[in-house]
Amino acid sequence: MTMRRHVFPMLAGLIGALLAPQAQANPYEHKLTNGLSVIVKEDRRAPTAVHMVWYRAGSMDETNGTTGVAHVLEHMMFKGTPKVGPGEFNRLVAAAGGRDNAFTSRDYTAYFQQVPKEKLGEMMALEADRMRHLNLSAGEFEQEIKVVMEERRLRTDDQPQSLLFEAMNAVAFKAHPYRRPIIGWMNDLESMTAQDARDWYERWYVPNNAYVVVVGDVDHKEVFRAAEKHYGVLKARPLPSRKPQDEPAQAGVRRVTVKAPAELPVVIMGYRAPIVRDVEKDVDPYALEMLGAVLSGHGAARFSRHLVREQRLAVSAGAEYDSTARGPGMFYLVGTPSEGKTVSEMEAGLRAEIAKVQSEGVTAEELNRAKAQLVAGEIYKLDSMFAQAMEVGQLEAVGLPYRSGERIIEKLKAVSAEQVQAVAKRYFGDDGLTVGVLDPQPLADAPRRSFANVRH
Amino acid sequence: MNNKMLKALLALGVIFSAQAAMAGVKIENWTAPTGARVFFVESRALPIIDVQVDFAAGAAQDPVGKSGLAQLTRGLMDLGAGDMNESDVAMKLADLGARLGGGADTDRASVSLRTLADADKRAAAFGIMRTVISAPRFPEAVFERERARTLAALRESLTRPETIASRAFWSGLYGKHPYGLQPGIESLAAIELDDLREFHAAKYVASSAAVTIVGALSRAEAEALAVQLTEALPAGVAAPVLPVPALPAATELRLPHPAAQAHIHLGLPALKRGDPDFYALMVGNYSLGGGGFVSRLMKEVRDKRGFAYSVYSYFAPMKEAGPFQIGLQTKRAQANDALKVTRDVLQQFLAEGPSEVELKAAKANIVGSFPLRLDSNRKILDNVSAIGFYGMPLDYLDTYAQKIEQVTVADVRAAFARHVQPAHLITVVVAGD
Repeated sequence: MTMRRHVFPMLAGLIGALLAPQAQANPYEHKLTNGLSVIVKEDRRAPTAVHMVWYRAGSMDETNGTTGVAHVLEHMMFKGTPKVGPGEFNRLVAAAGGRDNAFTSRDYTAYFQQVPKEKLGEMMALEADRMRHLNLSAGEFEQEIKVVMEERRLRTDDQPQSLLFEAMNAVAFKAHPYRRPIIGWMNDLESMTAQDARDWYERWYVPNNAYVVVVGDVDHKEVFRAAEKHYGVLKARPLPSRKPQDEPAQAGVRRVTVKAPAELPVVIMGYRAPIVRDVEKDVDPYALEMLGAVLSGHGAARFSRHLVREQRLAVSAGAEYDSTARGPGMFYLVGTPSEGKTVSEMEAGLRAEIAKVQSEGVTAEELNRAKAQLVAGEIYKLDSMFAQAMEVGQLEAVGLPYRSGERIIEKLKAVSAEQVQAVAKRYFGDDGLTVGVLDPQPLADAPRRSFANVRH
Repeated sequence: MNNKMLKALLALGVIFSAQAAMAGVKIENWTAPTGARVFFVESRALPIIDVQVDFAAGAAQDPVGKSGLAQLTRGLMDLGAGDMNESDVAMKLADLGARLGGGADTDRASVSLRTLADADKRAAAFGIMRTVISAPRFPEAVFERERARTLAALRESLTRPETIASRAFWSGLYGKHPYGLQPGIESLAAIELDDLREFHAAKYVASSAAVTIVGALSRAEAEALAVQLTEALPAGVAAPVLPVPALPAATELRLPHPAAQAHIHLGLPALKRGDPDFYALMVGNYSLGGGGFVSRLMKEVRDKRGFAYSVYSYFAPMKEAGPFQIGLQTKRAQANDALKVTRDVLQQFLAEGPSEVELKAAKANIVGSFPLRLDSNRKILDNVSAIGFYGMPLDYLDTYAQKIEQVTVADVRAAFARHVQPAHLITVVVAGD
């Protein structure tokens, strides 16, 4: 699970003055006639650049029976076009002194290369080529689907907490596609075909469903020219309609237990929570972000201080909430009870912390502390070009303008103690709660094998 | 969650990243009046300052029978120091927007700080850092609690196939050498509070401290900072030199586990910091299993056969010979097949070395990607602190590309023949059928 605090490019306050002349324009955006947006952020600190292509298609756009296909296609994108043979993409990026990879989320699929700045044009040529001309051969698919199944075994099947989280989502969401794992159910992977991947590619991989993000030691005008040259030739095509698949209201607590080989139990409590849809008018998502920071934003935040240190109820405890997403939101409380403490006591402890905020609120000191971290975090973020590109990409992916980052920070800084108390009262009722418990199973129950020492 | 793929691949990046730096970073170096060695890179582009102080206080310094002491000691330093209790430390730092980090690995224990460069903020943050380094309180109650948490985490990790494999691997490579000893239930139980106090007093000393400073401050300010951070430490004596690890006899160890995937490691103690074969091994390993998606292991194990999601090889140079390691995970039923392919790739590579084409590709990437290894203050700090702690030459950055370019196929073959001898190769398979 991730604890993604806000990651936004623009700064107010502290160094706003330093960057003021540039901040008005940078990042720059240019839209090609085929619908592809190109967003460039100039950062001249080192002679490198990061190039990302984002597609507005993630696992939430999949349907039952082919779960995991967004991610499988991501793997297949490295398997060649008529111009670039299987595996050649990676070889060409490596030859350019670059690094590349890709990632699939619920909301999007994205590809990136980090390169010396003079290689940016080559990267665009490669990405533009595979945006519309992927081979997707059955032979390559046969091998790659096995790799994806190994990835599922590695990251989910053999990871008790991943299994718990997967099971929790499948229970917390009944209608919304967030109920399905990004990696896909194993049986869907087993029965997936090259044609499933082809269908996905044909449906979503078009310039009007994509955008390009570049951050680095570049001139935005030159990047726009290169983008016209490489991406401009690709034809737009109408996209299929997207159904909202709204999650119906929940009316009552849901519980799920997962057994897996482990030593310590884990409790996850997930509460339905709102998401930022209107940057200016929304209030509650910002207040929930600040609540998360007060509960577990630093080493002496409430969960750590109360549950781990004072009560010794938990080995670890945290709150996780992401206020930006295409789909519905959840506010998670996670705890691992100490030896001798039960999962019920852990759950009660987490509930008691929420109850305390509901009845007594949070202090101005706590809130200011969270804001100080937020402000510093925005400046630290500028140390990474990759992180800056991610910010732009993720905001766009969830349908918020990439320029709204600065406003969102202002909104977070404006949250009052009363607003934090109000969201604690509003969103933490049992009717919108799902509780997941990891029930650890001793390894000793597994079949034992003899130790064999073989000399070569 | 939405970023889980990314998180995992960023984690992988740690495996693939070599220890390098680049021309163009100007390192200023001096010895502070306290005896600490200082490495400073002025960088004014952002209003931030990063500081790291490294000590020879890693797990290799644990007394026999008390494995885990170095990590516990480092962990408790943040939890109460000077007139601050553990919550004070964390809250004051949070109020400043400063971040205290670090930890203890095998050779090294680190205390690091990132702070805003504003005069008032940084002064307060440096003051806290100084106190954490030189005046930790080690309260009894915190000690008992943290030891219990460490035990719980250890018990949990001992159920994980990756931990079981990793521990068996290090133990197989190093036996009773300090690199092979790892925290266990008994060794943690044997640690007493006074052990932490003694370990801190003996190991966190100015004469062994390497202070690395990167960011928006002047040389004069950096000089004052280095003194501030180390003047309250005893001068101390250098950490004892570690014994040279003996090479183990080739062994294959198979351990049971109910996991869906087998975890496979192959390797041996191979490379010490400062070894002249470093460059040839880096170039060679790129083609074998270090070059991400373009390596031989990736092609044979993953691309051609679909045996694994992740397969890699790397050298981890340490104070004494650090490991060469190949790793992969595969469906348990095909563990033997995947292991055979892996061994065949290694054997062929040892016999032939890379092709001229591979050699050229390896150099092109290692040299060409050089700027990516130093394009942030964070990366500069990581690289310069390694140079400082391990006493690598200050022109390491400036000569790196040239030394990589000079490597020939014959160099790679000879270096691998010297450092990776099959007669000493340890194989660990956990959860293989």
